[in-house]
Amino acid sequence: MLKIKNLHANIEGKEILKGIDLEINPGEVHAIMGPNGSGKSTLSSVIAGREEYEMTEGEIIFENEDLAELDPEERAHKGVFLSFQYPVEIPGVSVTNFMKTAINAHRKANGLEDMPANEMLKLIREKSELLEIDRKFLSRSLNEGFSGGEKKRNEIFQMAMLEPKLSILDETDSGLDIDALKIVSNGVNKLRSEKNAVLVITHYQRLLNYIVPDVVHVLIDGKIVKTGGKELAYELEERGYDWIKQEKAV
Amino acid sequence: MELKDKLVSSFLAFDEQYQVDDDVQQIRSQAIKDFETFGFPSKKEEAWKYTSLKSALKHDYSIFPKKEDAIEYSQIKKYLIHDIDTYDLVFIDGIYSSHLSTTTHDKIDVCLMSSALNKDKYKPVIDNYFNKLAPKNGLNALNTAFTKEGAYIHIHKNIMADKPIQIINFSTGNESSLLLQPRNLVVVDENSHVQIIERHQSLTDHPVLTNSVTEIFADRRAIVDYYKIQNDKETSSLIDNTFIEQKDESNCSVHTFSLGGNLTRNNLNFYQRGERIDSTMKGVTIIEGKQHVDHNTLVHHIYPNCESHQDYKGIFSDKSVGVFNGKVVVEKEAQKTNAYQSNNNILVDDKATINSKPQLEIFADDVRCSHGCTIGQLDEDALFYLQSRGIPHKEARGLLMYAFANNVLESVKIPEIKKRINNLIAEKLGVELGFNL
Repeated sequence: MLKIKNLHANIEGKEILKGIDLEINPGEVHAIMGPNGSGKSTLSSVIAGREEYEMTEGEIIFENEDLAELDPEERAHKGVFLSFQYPVEIPGVSVTNFMKTAINAHRKANGLEDMPANEMLKLIREKSELLEIDRKFLSRSLNEGFSGGEKKRNEIFQMAMLEPKLSILDETDSGLDIDALKIVSNGVNKLRSEKNAVLVITHYQRLLNYIVPDVVHVLIDGKIVKTGGKELAYELEERGYDWIKQEKAV
Repeated sequence: MELKDKLVSSFLAFDEQYQVDDDVQQIRSQAIKDFETFGFPSKKEEAWKYTSLKSALKHDYSIFPKKEDAIEYSQIKKYLIHDIDTYDLVFIDGIYSSHLSTTTHDKIDVCLMSSALNKDKYKPVIDNYFNKLAPKNGLNALNTAFTKEGAYIHIHKNIMADKPIQIINFSTGNESSLLLQPRNLVVVDENSHVQIIERHQSLTDHPVLTNSVTEIFADRRAIVDYYKIQNDKETSSLIDNTFIEQKDESNCSVHTFSLGGNLTRNNLNFYQRGERIDSTMKGVTIIEGKQHVDHNTLVHHIYPNCESHQDYKGIFSDKSVGVFNGKVVVEKEAQKTNAYQSNNNILVDDKATINSKPQLEIFADDVRCSHGCTIGQLDEDALFYLQSRGIPHKEARGLLMYAFANNVLESVKIPEIKKRINNLIAEKLGVELGFNL
């Protein structure tokens, strides 16, 4: 589904990603772990198409198509979804209206008519129940005044609504208490299928207790330095990142 | 001949042609003298520093439109709020159109300034209120000198006007260029309530300059909601002079939606002459090209325990220019005043300009006054967020601008107006929002 080859990326002339290779197949859950400043969030932004990041080398192939030339919205239409580490507050647009606009933009891109209002309402109801989201919440301005947990739950709600092929969860566990973490993870797990894939980007192993990865990658200084199974996450939790750095140096 | 000279030399003929009550005639005669003294404002004056009338004054305007042009309802329907029942005062090239209007004298007077200025029945009201608020300056004097027509609205004591009133001024291009000077008077007695919608609309691309004066008196516990829709052609200029006097516990609001025109200047003054008064001024400005919109506001807090709220939002594209000059005066006696002012702007293009100038003159010591002004671009993080959800760049921009301006609509009390403005804004921003308010 996703093939990243020798990806290099800069921001403001500074190289952050220094040759990433990554392959994710349908049905898989991958985790990328790494210390602060290792390039985890850069990787997710580059995949989603953020303009500030400049790809200098390599390629990102998604479903046999090169993403490099596509705008963020086109990548979204193809099925890429990024759950933001810091979801943006947009006063004046309600969650419901935002979702309607997003869903219909996807449908338009795929040559479909707008979703009928009753169908939309039904879908919103169904998905908000999945994330245990209160109805009142849906008429509030997008992310405005939301708690950290509400913002993250809202991200996964959007993911549920848009049904992407590849979901990138960027530090989705940050700012979540244990109850919210369970709700969010439960939501993600229910959305998993043989056809879609999840890339979990996280600092801590905690989230991986709930969203269990098939593959764990360790990202340090812009490169994937180690890849293993889910047990690698436990090891990192216990021993930190230094031993990998040392191992690499040796 | 300069426009000023032309106007002054036309006065005698005008005065003869449109006869009015002797007292009003005296006011007019004095006013033309004042106009001769003051003339049109120039950029040398502090209040006109950022707005030049040059582009609006350069045409050889006709001052005497010939006659009412035949206009069919179907031609103007789209400019009216027509999905609700309203009283309508429609003027074509400054002349009242009876077949397009709906007036009343049942409990409230919704009729013509020209009859109010001539009939004995209205004399006490005219004597009491006409030309009592407009400060002496060139533009007000000019309008006063040429007073002949406009809206006359009087809501008698303890009456809630049963439907909103629309005042619509059309220009037809029958004259190659036209100067219009509507003169409106709104008197709302104790415990009464009225909603008014005002619009100026050119039907062709002929130059039009409108210099309008509206005086509004809100007596004790009166409620006045006034909506100005300014979405005219780029050949039209509008100078709107609106003055509001409020008595104890009255509540007045003016919403101004400036979405188009060559040059638009809004002089909006509130005079609080009583206690526990609430005054609200809100505005949304969205312009492009070389359009120019100037909001010049004044709230004069004279007595204790009053409030004022100002919230103006502006989105400026291309080489458009915005001006916000908001003056708040709190007199020494006006203790416990709450005065809020905010002016937020988005400059979409590098060449767009906004001049924002809050002016607070506070002489009382126990008051709460706040003001804030922001000038910025669209938030790149927010744009990326929307795009990453599949919303195309253009729509995402539109949606953000819509969201930025949208909260000013919250206080609009007539749902049909809210819907109309909502659609106008969406159309203006070139987006299909996919939803309605």
